[in-house]
Amino acid sequence: MSATKSTLMGASLLILALTGAASAQETECPVKVGVLHSLSGTMAISETTLKDTMLLLIEQQNENGGLLGCEIEPVVVDPASDWPLFAEKARELLTVHDVDVIFGNWTSVSRKSVLPVIEELNGLLFYPVQYEGEESSKNVFYTGAAPNQQAIPATDYFLEELGVEKFALLGTDYVYPRTTNNILESYLKSKGIPEEDIFVNYTPFGHSDWSKIVSDVVALGADGKQVGVISTINGDANVGFYKELAAQGVSAFDIPVVAFSVGEEELSGLDTSNLVGHLAAWNYFQSADTEANEEWIAAWKAKMGEDRVTNDPMEAHYIGFNMWVNAVEEAGTTDVDAVREAMYGQEFPNLTGGTAVMLPNHHLAKPVLIGEITEDGQFDIVSQTEEVPGDAWTDFLPDSAVLKSDWQELGCGMYNTQNESCVQIKSNY
Amino acid sequence: MTRHLRPLLAALALLLAPLAAAAQTPGIQALLQENRDLIEESSRRSIGPAIDALADSGLPEAQTVMERWQDRDLYIRESDGRFFFAEETDDDAYTLTDVATGETAGEVPDDALIQLRPNGGIRKMIGAALVQFQLSDPDPATRRQALTAIGRDAEASHLAALRKSIDSEPDAVIRAAKERLERLLTIQFGESDEERVNAIESFRGDTDMDVRATLNPILATRRSVAPGDDAPADLNVARTLRPGGEALSEEEAYGLLVDEGLAQPRISRDDRRAALVANIDAGQVAGVRVSTLDTEAARDTAYAQLASLGLAEPTATEEEVRAALDAHTFFDSYFEPSVAVTQAAERALSSIELSVATNRTLDLALDALSLASIYFLAAIGLAITFGVMGVINMAHGEFIMMGAYTGYVVQQIVPDYTLSILIALPLAFAVTFAAGVAMERLVIRWLYHRPLETLLATFGISIALQQLAKNIFGTQARPLTSPDWLDGALVINDIVSISYIRIAIFVLALVFLAVFLFIMNRTRLGLEVRAVTQNPRMAASMGINPDRINMLTFGLGSGIAGIAGVAVGLYAKVTSELGQDYIVQSFMTVVVGGVGNIWGTLAGATLIGFLQKGIEWMNPSNTLAAQTYMILFIILFIQFRPRGIIALRGRAAGD
Amino acid sequence: MPADAAVTDKLPHVSSSVRKYLGGSGGQAPRDRGGAAAARPRGFFANNPSVLIFIACLAVFTLAVTILSEGLGLGIISTSFVKTLGKTLCLCLVAIAMDLVWGYCGILSLGHFAFFGLGGYMIGMWLMYERTRLIVVDSLANAPLPPTPDEVRDGIATQIFGVVGASDFPAVWAFAHSLPIQLALVVIVPGLLALVFGWLAFRSRVTGVYLSILTQAMTLALALYLFQNDSGLRGNNGLSGLQNLPGLEAVPQALISVWFLWGSALALGLGYVLAAWVVSGKLGSVIRGIRDDEARVRFLGYPVEGFKLFIFTLTAVIAGIAGALYYPQAGIINPAEIAPIASIYLAVWVAIGGRGRIYGAVIGAAFVSLLSTWFTGGQAPDLPLGIYTVQWVDWWLVLLGLSFVLVTLFAPKGIGGLFDLVSHQRHPDRHGADLGPDMGSYREQEAQE
Repeated sequence: MSATKSTLMGASLLILALTGAASAQETECPVKVGVLHSLSGTMAISETTLKDTMLLLIEQQNENGGLLGCEIEPVVVDPASDWPLFAEKARELLTVHDVDVIFGNWTSVSRKSVLPVIEELNGLLFYPVQYEGEESSKNVFYTGAAPNQQAIPATDYFLEELGVEKFALLGTDYVYPRTTNNILESYLKSKGIPEEDIFVNYTPFGHSDWSKIVSDVVALGADGKQVGVISTINGDANVGFYKELAAQGVSAFDIPVVAFSVGEEELSGLDTSNLVGHLAAWNYFQSADTEANEEWIAAWKAKMGEDRVTNDPMEAHYIGFNMWVNAVEEAGTTDVDAVREAMYGQEFPNLTGGTAVMLPNHHLAKPVLIGEITEDGQFDIVSQTEEVPGDAWTDFLPDSAVLKSDWQELGCGMYNTQNESCVQIKSNY
Repeated sequence: MTRHLRPLLAALALLLAPLAAAAQTPGIQALLQENRDLIEESSRRSIGPAIDALADSGLPEAQTVMERWQDRDLYIRESDGRFFFAEETDDDAYTLTDVATGETAGEVPDDALIQLRPNGGIRKMIGAALVQFQLSDPDPATRRQALTAIGRDAEASHLAALRKSIDSEPDAVIRAAKERLERLLTIQFGESDEERVNAIESFRGDTDMDVRATLNPILATRRSVAPGDDAPADLNVARTLRPGGEALSEEEAYGLLVDEGLAQPRISRDDRRAALVANIDAGQVAGVRVSTLDTEAARDTAYAQLASLGLAEPTATEEEVRAALDAHTFFDSYFEPSVAVTQAAERALSSIELSVATNRTLDLALDALSLASIYFLAAIGLAITFGVMGVINMAHGEFIMMGAYTGYVVQQIVPDYTLSILIALPLAFAVTFAAGVAMERLVIRWLYHRPLETLLATFGISIALQQLAKNIFGTQARPLTSPDWLDGALVINDIVSISYIRIAIFVLALVFLAVFLFIMNRTRLGLEVRAVTQNPRMAASMGINPDRINMLTFGLGSGIAGIAGVAVGLYAKVTSELGQDYIVQSFMTVVVGGVGNIWGTLAGATLIGFLQKGIEWMNPSNTLAAQTYMILFIILFIQFRPRGIIALRGRAAGD
Repeated sequence: MPADAAVTDKLPHVSSSVRKYLGGSGGQAPRDRGGAAAARPRGFFANNPSVLIFIACLAVFTLAVTILSEGLGLGIISTSFVKTLGKTLCLCLVAIAMDLVWGYCGILSLGHFAFFGLGGYMIGMWLMYERTRLIVVDSLANAPLPPTPDEVRDGIATQIFGVVGASDFPAVWAFAHSLPIQLALVVIVPGLLALVFGWLAFRSRVTGVYLSILTQAMTLALALYLFQNDSGLRGNNGLSGLQNLPGLEAVPQALISVWFLWGSALALGLGYVLAAWVVSGKLGSVIRGIRDDEARVRFLGYPVEGFKLFIFTLTAVIAGIAGALYYPQAGIINPAEIAPIASIYLAVWVAIGGRGRIYGAVIGAAFVSLLSTWFTGGQAPDLPLGIYTVQWVDWWLVLLGLSFVLVTLFAPKGIGGLFDLVSHQRHPDRHGADLGPDMGSYREQEAQE
């Protein structure tokens, strides 16, 4: 009877394998675009939107005649917020479905999971979310903000515009807040803020009991310095955090909060009337007043419904996809190496005005926007900088300050400028 | 947008400026035009002169203009660069009002206007500048606003204005606030030391935040170093420090000397390597072969060699460091020059030290109590299903979630928040009661003597319910907003406060404790439940229908979970994963407290709540660690007291 | 399948059967799966034909996959699928451990995925350290001065911990440089944790659901601990890039995946034999006795706690080994893997496969995890229901949850029960009397004797 079982098992496996193999047949047309965003699990909350964004962009491009005379075919897989599964699905996309490019990932850990696979198989990944930097891969284009495109300008805004002298760095306990806060601590010290005026706290994902932490932050004001909160709190936890801020009557005048992970989507789960004036820093806000943005919002709402909002990572995909399309047309092929070469220097208009440029370090030059929360759950843009070139390795940590990424000239993402050698060609994961 | 239009506008302004100047008598519009570049740039660093110009202009309209500018009602018309107040009348149209006359000046589409958006920093500055106008304003609300503005951003000039306004203040409450603020400002900006010391003395024993926020900056110090054995006499020295002590390590002390240029720096590893590399000559550094330099010691020797040859800076040796440290005095000195003032501030602060600490503890205790009541509320349903009936219901968390979503749905239908909560509470009970009864009938009653399998089956229900919630409501967190009367917090003083919503949860927890006790001890149902739990066969032979009782008990426990869901949703968030956050803690609460006893559950919740806050207090920078250690503690606790805090007699854990 | 005269809820049965194995002087030895092999002349394999059948199937399966793989054969099965199969074998191994501890010993541990994860972490530390060391040594080779050991160490630390904002080696990495020590730790760390935890829990006589909740709490505490960056294991990011074996950069993943498949198959085979051996002898009878009625076994003079502790620790070690083989194939390990829900899924697999039979655990793990891959991979066709189209990505978990309830209610023997139908096993007519507190297990057959 064990034999029966094993035969059954073997047979079912074989069927699975063959169905997998059958879809691996390769043709030039259509051009295949892999979409690697979680559609289930904890990250589905954020990533499903990006999948829809990609489908909309591909649909629009197909209406405009496709690419290289081919239809673009999206290949959507669901890594289910399971980090090892990201690596597996990426391999499947590249080897079984033979996609030409992948747009995907949200969390840093999922990106780190995918990196070795993408590099091994020489794939191409567009990563659309703001992240902690300290990484540069030959095969990844980072269309979201590096710390110097979000965290540093926001801190400058705190220091200069709001006169903040004492900082509370609150974050969810994972890589992005840890690294970002590390960079900020070192940056603040370089700006003359003493160590005892920097309060750091890490909370778990989905944390809901904020009363003590908010009290702690309020108590920081006891020495008469202006306190400001820099929040890298992620996802759901923000709901409880802002509710507690409102309950304790912390107004943006007394203790301003600037968030790096709170966008229009997150605010839609909140009543914002008590939060007016708190801030967020992004490269894009839905309220940006340009024609391109109006068109984009209209197209998005037409596809997804009137009550849906747009956000920053969506713009990153918008720019990334369009740049990739242009680069493919320029190169005349979807071959990864040729497209990568063609990507450098690609320009595309931002939805917020101005032009994004792809730099040789695989980051974009984009403007940084700071918005104040309004009653209707949107952001009022109170500051917009010139385009800031993204920096893979921060200048504010001693180990990273000497590193530089330049894939075009140096062919190296981790180049030590001190002893003028390439530390490693592959990325660190 | 503003940024891109600015050059264009500047050009326009240049063209129009003579025209405007000619057409307009000097007034608020002209003044605004004069400062237009600054106002449009909208940066706190540069806006100062523009605000001062407006505030000092003496124009009667200045106050209104500044107030409306602060409220973001001030616009620039793109065609001619003139300033207007504007109000949105239609979808895309604005009615303009002249800044000087207050007359309506036509209607324009929204793309013909540029809104000025002063940021938070600028609004604060405008607020501070407005104080002089507002302190004697007839409207008490405006006067209060002025006091708030002073509290946020005090300036020396406010002191005089405030003193002037006190005598004419009609409202007793505002007058008291003004007098208090006057004393605070005197501490900061008073002319004579005596005046300031008196003001400080008047605040002895006052624990309010603004007092501490005023006193603490006086005690700010700077660390410096001076040659010799004594600190300079002309400084207000707070304390002298001994290098190597707790406050100042030798490393830091020497760093201070180096920064002041009083000593040679010690060389870093990187610098030493750079120096060695720079002196490589034919595979050798100062006669040492490069290939042997693969240990720190070898590099040290090679560097010493280099230094002795004069090819590199000599580094400070240990003896030199010692000598340098001995030859200097390290001290902290107050920025505040007056000894009398700093001493008074010290005295005032130390007088409230104990009081502040007590209040902090009280605040922490309130937080802990609140957390305990949340755990209790989440666990009380489980205390019935698990504690009384012995059924492991892993879907308990999902019942909490269902309650929260019920609250959300009701709010979509009934927009009045108070009413919707009143409807949501019984409705959530009804919904989860029904779900509980259905689950008991369909699944659990077949598994009463297979507890481990109940665990697995209800876990299956739990993942199915969770995914169903995702499919229906999406993955995004949904808003569940509390009514206005639950907004805000009960502020006892500046340190101790607790939000009303938490008080409501606490009350709700007490209510359900009472309800539970009443049902169990005073009703027929309670009697029958206890009978069925103790001995179902005997109960059945007494005419009790055990099936019905089991069903009702399970429904009751589930129903209470639903109500807990509404409460939890109000204070935190409504997502499909909400239940998961509470399930393990709830089981812990019941197990730690002692199964089958509601007082045990209460004790368990209290223990866990206070424990968690206590650990958080010890390690404020890492809340995650607090949760980890709390669970570890519970595991150990159960090892040594397997039946929980309040154990029922004759009952072993695991029965 | 025939069964031994093992423990039922009737006291005389218990005592007679247990005493029989105790003294080795039982009446006639039953022709059974878990019989007292030592007492009879026939060999272990002869007494346990299912072991041979299983190993044969496993060998055929491994060979078939190898032949069809990209790395060594025809290239019909993609490398990613070979990895999936390899990982599934590891899951089968941990399911065997779960079956031993739950199906045979009656301890519903919700912590075995924690041991699995710990094994993964232990091997992951070496993989990361060594891979990074090679990179750092390579890059420092270009430097004008030969690197000092401190420089190499700092370089590795910066590379590994740079992403989580630190640059020093935490104490737990003390042995990461040594493969033999880390390999030993794969066994020692989960084993020691299980030993200490089990000793505390069993000593206090925490049993049943309480023990389940306690093990779940342990898992949660461990996951939360690892989530912290301060724990020194890179927090939420965990250890990544584990599929790149140090020094084997030139070997394609297609080949490495086949090697790991072999390794996993070997471990599974050995694990199966070990489990079958443990449950076949006198030891097996005692632990089944503990499952059925702990108090009675204790009254018979057996140190129940010792037996439970042995099984708990042994299975933790097996889980650790499975994890150490799994994560180099998955490529990344992080605390989310250890979350309590993973351990509950493990119980689900075993329950669906059929408790109290080792091959049941293997079937359950393979069946559910592969089905799950199929449904969530988007390969399953949508199911149009007229007004609503069921998309399996959304509905798979609902289906799994419900099928789980159904299995518990209507098929407590799981898929393994189907084999009883094939081999014409029938329930004895017990005239309505039940089999005691835990009916789902293998006892039905055991009671037939």
